[in-house]
Amino acid sequence: MNRVQRRRFAQATAFALLAFATFLILAIMVGIISFVASQGIGAISWEFLTAFPRSGMTEGGIFPAIVGTFYLAMGTTLISLPLGVFAAIYLVEYSYQGRLIRLIRIGINNLAGVPSIVFGLFGLALFVRHLGLGVSLLSGSLTLAFFVLPLVIRASEEALLAVPQGFREGALALGATKWQSVYTVVLPTAVPAILTGGILALGIAAGQTAPIIFTAAAFFTPRLPDSIFSPIMALPFHIYVMASESAHFAVTRHLQFGTALVLLAIVFGINITAIIIRSQMRKRRRW
Amino acid sequence: MSATMLTVKELNFYYSKTQVLRDVNIEIPGNEVTAIIGPSGCGKSSFLKALNRLYEIIPGARVTGEIIYNGGNLLSRDVDVVGLRKEIGMVFQRPNPFPKSIYANVAYGPRLHGVKRKELDRIVEESLRKAGLWDEVKDKLNKSGLDLSGGEQQRLCIARCLAVEPKIILMDEPCSALDPIATAKIEDLIYNLKQDYTVIIVTHNMQQAARVSDKTAVFLTGGKMVEYGETVKIFENPENKIVEDYITGKFG
Repeated sequence: MNRVQRRRFAQATAFALLAFATFLILAIMVGIISFVASQGIGAISWEFLTAFPRSGMTEGGIFPAIVGTFYLAMGTTLISLPLGVFAAIYLVEYSYQGRLIRLIRIGINNLAGVPSIVFGLFGLALFVRHLGLGVSLLSGSLTLAFFVLPLVIRASEEALLAVPQGFREGALALGATKWQSVYTVVLPTAVPAILTGGILALGIAAGQTAPIIFTAAAFFTPRLPDSIFSPIMALPFHIYVMASESAHFAVTRHLQFGTALVLLAIVFGINITAIIIRSQMRKRRRW
Repeated sequence: MSATMLTVKELNFYYSKTQVLRDVNIEIPGNEVTAIIGPSGCGKSSFLKALNRLYEIIPGARVTGEIIYNGGNLLSRDVDVVGLRKEIGMVFQRPNPFPKSIYANVAYGPRLHGVKRKELDRIVEESLRKAGLWDEVKDKLNKSGLDLSGGEQQRLCIARCLAVEPKIILMDEPCSALDPIATAKIEDLIYNLKQDYTVIIVTHNMQQAARVSDKTAVFLTGGKMVEYGETVKIFENPENKIVEDYITGKFG
């Protein structure tokens, strides 16, 4: 091979390798979704979505688990979004960018790498036991909120950093205080991007099992949760229970896949919402 | 000759260890246009940022010296910066309207400072008229300020600045991002503004300084002010050889 041929070969190889990696990922994703869909679609019915489980979970539906996941996601967002946005505002707008802030950022990034089961144990120790909140919607939401907090902070920081400096200068030069410039100009400009990050975090929270095993999830509840102190059923935990703890795990296989399909649909729905908001925001942005 | 508006004494300006202004002394008269010219990096923009203390948001920026305004040193610690910036407005190099409606852009300052709602309509109209933008935008006040052209955006920023009724308007190369027609409109506007306001304009465009200003200060690299006086004299008969070289385009 001469030089030119060698270069062409290298080019073709690199292209093939990169394309292979991309399509492999796509194939795996399609494989998982179609597998879950084909196995689970048979279980989906109106009753499945709206009824309580019956006969030791071998029959009936998953309504309380859907509701529980919805509540958990709401609770997680209500706690993590304000906390994360405030922290991001402090980090980006107020703090002197010195060594302490660098350390805090490293800490936040490390928090994002802590395994989810560790958050579960932490939640058990702090919220369930020490603060006496018990196994409850509240404990689970708090634990999940801490789990997604690094994501929310990072997304919010990026959203704030994307706001042009000219907006801040313009507001300050008109006699705005720092805080006025933040809440009248910077924050409204950053809100769509912050929301996108928040919604993506919500999707991740909705799919978590480990953080809620010890803090919020119940095997079975005969009623829907009536307060934030009630234990709740949740889709990921429901799948886990049916697949590993139940005596009838083989009988309920189609219900497990049906539940997994519902969970997938919810998470995808959440993510698509985020993507739509983001594309709308890109269309409107002109600075 | 009008009364002195600002007296700058021994002003030094530093970014961390780098000094960008050295012992600047200048008396800026009221109701006139003062142009600050000089090559890139001579500290012109930093000079403006000292006058409304906007330098404070830049990490590591620091000034020494005095700027006497209304009988007090506006650099002193106990000055109310918010009140100061209300009186000393600023227009930036790149038009920076907020991503809000045209109306909300102009009403932004008055709202901050607690002006009553029923007075806003009048202030918005007056400010837009003074900025020569009213006729162009009066039918689309609810449109985003970002929908306007670059020149219109800059006039919107001027209107926004006028709406808080400043005494002094600082302009940091306000036309450098604009085409010649938009530039001409802004220059006319600056010329008219001096009846009611004191204007200090930084520009790298010497023709512009010659056209719009009454007084000109020439800064040179290293942050020294080398000559200050009537614009006509600076451009026709400068005392300093370096200034003459700069103005005739031998460097810059």
